This record gives sequence, structure tokens and C-alpha cells, in this order.
Amino acid sequence: MAGAQGGIARGLGRAYGDAAIGAKQTFQISALDRVRAFDATTGLLTAEAGLSLAELIAVFLPLGFFPPVVPGTKQVTLGGAVAADVHGKNHHRDGGFGDHVESLLIATSGGELVRLSPAMDPELFLATIGGMGLTGTIVEVTLRLRRVETGWIRRQTLVARNITAALAALDAADTAQYSVAWIDTVANGADLGRSLIFQGEHASLADLDGPASRARFPVTGSRLFSVPCNLPAWTLNRWSVGAFNAAYFRSGASQARNARLMPAVSYFFPLDRIGAWNRVYGKRGLVQHQSVIPIETAPTALPEMLSLVARRGDASFLTVLKKLGPGRGLMSFPLPGYTLALDFAMKPGLLAFLDDLDRIVVAAGGRIYLAKDSRQSRATFEASYRALPRFRTAKNSLDPHGRIASRLSQRLGI
Amino acid sequence: MDKGTNGKTILVLGGTSDIGRATARHFAARGWRIQLAGRDPEALQRDADDIASRSRVAVTVHAFDVLDSTAMAPFIDGLPLLPDIVVCVVGLHGNQARAQSDLDHATAILRSNFEGPALILGLFAEHFARRGSGMIVGVTSVAGDRGRASNYVYGSAKAGFSAYLSGLRNRLAKQDIHVITVKPGFVRTRMTDGMKLPGPLTAAPEEVASAIWRAADRKSDQIYVRRIWAVIMLGIRAIPEAIFKRLSI
Ligand SMILES: Cc1cc2nc3c(=O)[nH]c(=O)nc-3n(C[C@H](O)[C@H](O)[C@H](O)COP(=O)(O)OP(=O)(O)OC[C@H]3O[C@@H](n4cnc5c(N)ncnc54)[C@H](O)[C@@H]3O)c2cc1C
Ligand SMILES: NC(=O)c1ccc[n+]([C@@H]2O[C@H](COP(=O)([O-])OP(=O)(O)OC[C@H]3O[C@@H](n4cnc5c(N)ncnc54)[C@H](OP(=O)(O)O)[C@@H]3O)[C@@H](O)[C@H]2O)c1
Repeated sequence: MAGAQGGIARGLGRAYGDAAIGAKQTFQISALDRVRAFDATTGLLTAEAGLSLAELIAVFLPLGFFPPVVPGTKQVTLGGAVAADVHGKNHHRDGGFGDHVESLLIATSGGELVRLSPAMDPELFLATIGGMGLTGTIVEVTLRLRRVETGWIRRQTLVARNITAALAALDAADTAQYSVAWIDTVANGADLGRSLIFQGEHASLADLDGPASRARFPVTGSRLFSVPCNLPAWTLNRWSVGAFNAAYFRSGASQARNARLMPAVSYFFPLDRIGAWNRVYGKRGLVQHQSVIPIETAPTALPEMLSLVARRGDASFLTVLKKLGPGRGLMSFPLPGYTLALDFAMKPGLLAFLDDLDRIVVAAGGRIYLAKDSRQSRATFEASYRALPRFRTAKNSLDPHGRIASRLSQRLGI
Repeated sequence: MDKGTNGKTILVLGGTSDIGRATARHFAARGWRIQLAGRDPEALQRDADDIASRSRVAVTVHAFDVLDSTAMAPFIDGLPLLPDIVVCVVGLHGNQARAQSDLDHATAILRSNFEGPALILGLFAEHFARRGSGMIVGVTSVAGDRGRASNYVYGSAKAGFSAYLSGLRNRLAKQDIHVITVKPGFVRTRMTDGMKLPGPLTAAPEEVASAIWRAADRKSDQIYVRRIWAVIMLGIRAIPEAIFKRLSI
């Protein structure tokens, strides 16, 4: 490791931690946003890596195409989506973003342009998918878009009274294209892990028939409101979050079973409609803890984690549980299991608490998501990302002089 | 669900610039056909492909150098058709300190921001007058509103260009040919890459593009992008020269 040497590519900076901050330099690539080619018969798109999913959707949804995988915000670039091999609410069915990539053009630290594909060089390709920018700067991405009949999602809500029921419901929801559970992290005892499960399907043209007249591709995107300033640190506490969660759970439960049509953009990106939502966490900001727990160990590990969290009582209302399948890249986060994402306002003692959660995660055979991480230890990382030696070999062959380094790669010794 | 073309064409001189690119995209998304002109046709082709795949409108690419005045008439004759709107985004910021002693550099700045843009738009004015229709958009700068120590070579060229546009507008108003003067303040582009810009006063290239679109729609004469710049420049122009010369702003 060469001290504060090296740089890293940065897209729209939506990673929560230090992944897109260079050891020394940071290369902003979001202006490289040209569409290079699009085939409307196959949905095959080649675009520069700075193109955002927001732009992609604005341009291609009206033509009947949607990204095959979307994270919880559309303000991410193609490069960022590939580098973190992002997962959506359909990972159990469709895999991660990287599973839909056919080839990549990367600029190596030596200044060479290299085309990577599974056929030509599988190891380097798999190192770059989920490789957090550490193999080179992704310049162009070729991926296949999903054909959709409308810009609407048919959403159905299921209610789970506790964590066991929630896991069972997520398993049963496997047949749905999209599914995600919102968990009440304050409820404890018999209610521990009570959840609302939101299933979604792309609505067909026939689904739009009805009394209300609906545009096939609805125009959306307006902000609901912006959080005007940092809220005080005590905003999120057992009582405020508990009251919010109880109300949210009740209102969700009352809508259960009634399918509802909503614009795709509102279904997938609710947070994008609230400007500067992060200010809710106060000026010290937030820390996210996102882990994945294998199917076999989840029934014991998840309740153990949730009861620690419930005892603290200050995890935000934005807690989600999703089912994941296997990840494609060497360093991809997903593995067959359940992923739990928890947000906390930063405060003294929190980091030690998160280390406690990490111990449960590692013992259960799970891991922490690098795109959300700013604090896991090397030991946690090395124990859980088993393909690390293979990844290091691939990185070495593309970056022999170690010129690519982020704060994340320095911290974890990648 | 194509929006379809509206049959109109806009020519962007300086198509490789961030503002030019954003303007072309903005009009293409509203069904306009696009002509991109600049010194580097290969770079322009990438943008042409981008715009064509986003908006499914026809995009053509044309070699153009604003410093080559003898090639200007053949350039216009060589266009597949005379556009409805021509936007000139061409400009060169250069380096003020260097321009103070390097006359070639100073000349390049003066010619790229004033002489060249004025000549080509003047020639388009003749064609538009003959046809009896057309709109001319010149991108100049707030830097032309008052000469300042930090960039008066660039600023004075922009001032000349602004005055030229004003005269052209005055002349062509009687023939229903409209001229728009666009004065951006700070814009986050290649030109300002690496400079520290004040956030609230700095526009994205897309903002300039949509301001141009609105100005064309409303037939505005002169616009500032972000509008706060109109107020700022009013203040800056009002400072008496005796005081202004002592300031460093
Ligand atoms: C509200 C919110 C919700 C989210 N929901 C999800 C979710 O549901 N699922 C999920 O998987 N993630 C989620 N994320 C995380 C986000 O999708 C990832 O962090 C994504 O990588 C961000 O993309 P970006 O363009 O902002 O990249 P950045 O944050 O700028 O960079 C992220 C990583 O990608 C690398 N990178 C970026 N561009 C390039 C490039 N051109 N070449 C090489 N490397 C590059 C960077 O080096 C860095 O390692 C969420 C984030 C937010 C803020
Ligand atoms: N950025 C700002 O803060 C700001 C503020 C006020 C006004 N402006 C004005 O906005 C316009 C666009 O600027 P920008 O910020 O987008 O910067 P830019 O990217 O540097 O744009 C300059 C453009 O002019 C072209 N050009 C320069 N010399 C040329 C020549 N001899 N022949 C043909 N084309 C030539 C460049 O083409 P090449 O690619 O071939 O070099 C480029 O397309 C300029 O007129 C600038 O003065 C900018």
C-alpha cells in the first residue's frame, strides 16, 4: 500500500461511505453521459458510464424500456451501478445490475482502453462487476433493458406480524417480480420484526383499464418537499420512531390485499421525492448498516439482530428487508439470503453497537455491503468476502502499479 | 411513443461545448432536427449519435472553424438546409495573464469571442432576411457587461459581440427576424473546470439550454442565466469608474 497515493472514479456519489472518495484524487465521470447506441428491437443499450438511471428512465421509459435492476434512488450512474453491482427489489428473480451487463469498456490506470466481456476475459469482467471501481474506470456499459408495456407498477401489500412471518412472506413472494419488506424496528416481544411486504409487477396495458384515465407512461418526478435544514439529533428516538412506525404499520395493514397502481418512479424511488432527506439525521449525519444473512442462518441471526436494534430503539423508520440470490461479481455483495438495511443517526456509542451487529453477521456467514459501508473492520471484511484473493490477483493484472485506491480500499486493505 | 419531429431545424455552432450539447439535446427532445457544427467532426459524431438515439430526430454534423472567415459562405451553402434557428455557443476563455503579453493568444481570444461569432451570425442574418424568417441566438457573457482586471481581454470581446447582437436585433426587428442575446453568469462546464464557483450563482449547462428554449419561445431580446445576474450586473455597471478602478471584483 502506497500511503495517500492513487485515485478512484466517482459517479453521482450515492454510495453512503468512502467508496467513491479517492485516496488522493477523485475522478468525477458523471459528465460522460452519452448514449452510444440503442437497439429498440432487442433493448440492447450502450452508453457512457456517467449516464444516470434518472436520465435513462426519462429517455427510454416512454419508448417502453426500463432498467433491468434499479436501486432505491435513480440518481446513480451506470458506472456506479456496475461497480457496486447494485441490487433491486427483484434480485431473487433477476439477479443484480451486473447480471444484465453484456460488456464493459474500461480505462485502466495505465491509460489503456480495454473491452471486458464474459466471453473474452471472464475473470477481469467478474472482478469489475461489483469491484467498487478498483479495477479501472468504467467508460462504457452495454446492457439489456427490460421491455415494459406501461410506466405503472401494480403494488400489493402483505402484512407479517413478526420476523418469522416476514421471512415466510418474502419466500412466498418469490413469484412476484419485485418484493421488499418494510420492518418496524421498534416493535419488540411478540411483535419483533413486524413488517409490511410490498410486492410489485409491471402493469400491463389491460391493467390500466378502469374508471380513472391513466397515461400509459405517466409524467412524474416532482418533489413533494425538501427538508429545509438539519434537524436536531434527538429527532429520531424511541418515541418519535415508535409512533411513526405504529401509524405506518396500521395504515399499510389497512390497505393490505388491495392491489394499487402507482407510477414506477414512485414505487421504486420514494426517497427521491423528498429533497435533502438526509438532514433528518441531524448535522452529524447517518450511518447505514446493510448486511446479508444466508437463508440457513437467517431464522436465528435476524431475530438476534432485530432484538438488539429494538432495544436501542433509534433505528430510523427506513428499515428494509429484501431477499437476494447469488451475486455475479467476485466482490458482489449479494448471496442467497436476506438483506437488512438499517439507518442510524450518528451518535456516541453507535460504532461499537454496529461492531456487535457485525459479529452476528460474520458468525452467520453473511457480509456487509461495501457501497453502504464506512466503518467495518478489516477482519470482518476478510472473513466475509471470500473471493478477495482472486479479486486482488485480477486487480493486480489491470493495475500493476497500484494507482487505483479509494478511502474504502485503503481502510480495508483491498 | 415518439414525440415525432416538428419539422424545424436548429444549428448549434460550438456543438462540442457543454452548453451547446445541452442545447441540442433540449431542442431534440422537443422534436427539432439538429445540425451540429464545430472544429472536431469526430467528437461531434459522438454527440450526434447520442442525440439521435435519445430523441430519434435527424442529426447532421458539419465541420466549422469560427476563425476561418473565408470558409463561412461555403459552410452555409453546404448545409443540407438553412436552419430555422442558429445558436452560436463558440467561445474561448483563454488566459488573461498570458494574453497581456502574448499577442497571438490575445488575438485568438478576441477573434473567437467577437469577430468570428459576429461574422458568421451576420452572414446567417443575410440568408434569413432573404428567406424572410429565422432566429439568431448569440451566447455572450456577463463578463462583457463591464471590463474587469481579471478577464478584460475575454470580457471586451464579449462586449463587442453583445453590441453587435444588439445592433443586429435593431436592424432585423423590422423584418420579423429575431435576435436573442444570452448572458450566462457562471456555468459549470469544461471552460470553468477546476475553478471554484459560487454554488447559488452557478448554473448547470442544462439550465442555459432551457433558458435558451424559453427565450426562443417567448422571443425575449436578452436574458441572463441565472436571473440574479441581471441584478448583480446592474449593480456592477452602476459603480462609478473612479471607484470601480480601485476594486478587485
Ligand atoms: C437513497 C439510496 C438508496 C439506495 N438503494 C440501494 C439499493 O436498493 N440497492 C443497492 O444496491 N444500492 C442502493 N444504494 C446505493 C447506490 O446504488 C450505490 O452506492 C451506487 O453505486 C451509487 O452509484 P453512483 O453513481 O452514485 O456511484 P458513486 O457513489 O459515485 O460510486 C460508488 C462506487 O462505484 C464506483 N464507480 C462509480 N462510477 C464508476 C466508474 N465510471 N467506473 C468505475 N467505478 C465507478 C466508485 O468508485 C465507488 O466505488 C442506494 C443509495 C441511496 C442514496
Ligand atoms: N462556462 C461559463 O462559466 C460561461 C459563462 C459565460 C459565458 N460562457 C460562454 O458560453 C459559451 C460556451 O462555453 P462553455 O462554458 O460550454 O465552454 P467550452 O466547452 O470551452 O465551449 C467553447 C466552444 O467553442 C468552441 N470553439 C472554440 N474555438 C473555436 C473555433 N475556432 N472554431 C469553432 N469552435 C470553436 C469549442 O470547440 P472545441 O471543442 O473544438 O474546442 C467549444 O465548443 C462560450 O461562448 C462561453 O464564452 C461560458
